[in-house]
Amino acid sequence: MEIPDELLYTRDHEWARRKGVHVVVGITDFAQDQLGDVVFVELPAVGDPVKKGESFGVVESTKAVSELFAPVSGKVVEVNDPLADAPETINEDPYEEGWLIVVEPADPGELDGLMDAKAYKTFVEEQD
Amino acid sequence: MAQRTPLHDVHVRSGARMVEFAGWDMPVQYAGLLAEHAAVRARVGLFDVSHMGEVVIRGPRALEALNRVFTNDLSKVVDGQAQYGCLCRESGGIVDDVIVYRRAADDLLVCVNAANRQKDFEWLAAHAGGADVRNESDAWAQLAVQGPRAAAVVQRLTKLDLSQLRTYRFGRGDVAGVACVVARTGYTGEDGFELFCPSADGPRLWDAVLEAGQPDGIAPCGLGARDTLRLEMAYRLYGADMDDTTTPLEAGLAWVVKLDKGDFVGRDALVRQREQGLTRKLVGFQLVEPGIGRHGYPVLQDGRKVGQVTSGTRSPSLGTSIGLAYVPPALAAEGSSFAVEIRGKPVAGRAVRTPFYTRK
Repeated sequence: MEIPDELLYTRDHEWARRKGVHVVVGITDFAQDQLGDVVFVELPAVGDPVKKGESFGVVESTKAVSELFAPVSGKVVEVNDPLADAPETINEDPYEEGWLIVVEPADPGELDGLMDAKAYKTFVEEQD
Repeated sequence: MAQRTPLHDVHVRSGARMVEFAGWDMPVQYAGLLAEHAAVRARVGLFDVSHMGEVVIRGPRALEALNRVFTNDLSKVVDGQAQYGCLCRESGGIVDDVIVYRRAADDLLVCVNAANRQKDFEWLAAHAGGADVRNESDAWAQLAVQGPRAAAVVQRLTKLDLSQLRTYRFGRGDVAGVACVVARTGYTGEDGFELFCPSADGPRLWDAVLEAGQPDGIAPCGLGARDTLRLEMAYRLYGADMDDTTTPLEAGLAWVVKLDKGDFVGRDALVRQREQGLTRKLVGFQLVEPGIGRHGYPVLQDGRKVGQVTSGTRSPSLGTSIGLAYVPPALAAEGSSFAVEIRGKPVAGRAVRTPFYTRK
């Protein structure tokens, strides 16, 4: 199970990566593994607002629907459009090519409440 | 606690992901659903389906008694032949859909759905008067070997001549030294076999089939792939696509309802329903906009709810979004347009011909 050191994590198994003033958001290796083969992704549009802890989209495996929860409030500035045709990218490369959206945070301080890699690793181990 | 099949330890040891299904702790996937699905379509897959139940009906009046509670016509099958059909309530509602294996006129094995083991046994014991009805579900393990390479794999393990065993026929013989009922049946749309053996021999048979199938790229498969494979064929799933409140006519199973064979439980209601006309029909649909329709999602016409999705998935073989839904008969014709409501939004779809997938 891969848990990169430099990322921040939510209890819903999303990751957040600071990129300048923006935040890149995706789901973790643990999440994609639990989900199984991802076959459909529904993401917001550029310009849409997202709110910390609230659903901003869904990923579906063949068997199940999973909501995506925003790690930070703000505005969507970029969406990983190629996922629509290649949702399996989320399974194959959840931390790089499989990113979901980029958010311009309203309050970057919100990120301070997320788990670091060490805390997330402990959290995941408790899930199993 | 969830029940376990005789293969449970094998699944856990092999690293399968386990989930609860119909009260059973079952493997939902091994390597991955899509890989398993593809293996069955292209090569061969192995499934543990020991959660399915076996109710055996014996006695001089067994055939007649079972035929009285079965919608299809058992007088039309010979020894060594299997037949699919429904058990119905007086109301015409489906108690279960089952396969009857006619070992002899006085010895019939009924393969029932996992969730209905006890219900079917009680139903048959109460309604198949004059016959000896036994629930042998715990005594049997059941493995399904499915895919274009299935016959080659199983043939390596048995002296039975599988080339002489046609679809929906079965024989008895040793497979890998395990005494089996070998049936050319399945739930995937591919050629294949269902092997019934004593519970204790299940793990040994599993290992032997996997080993014999190595050269053919055999894949151990979970219930996830079993579900996408069956749905591509539009095979109905009890509990999802039909239940005690739906009739075989509504569920599109009129082909296994023989109203002219003589009386059977539910016949009067089904005759009446046929005369009065159906108010809903199970149809295959394909979504033409992005999304996946899932069990319980509303079917909309002009913004109004007119039906309900019973099964839906993305078809791994076709790459399209497919499903089954109850709709008014006016919307059941091929090409009819309707929408499926997904998370509050209408997503366009249309009724299509089934099976969705045709064997290559």
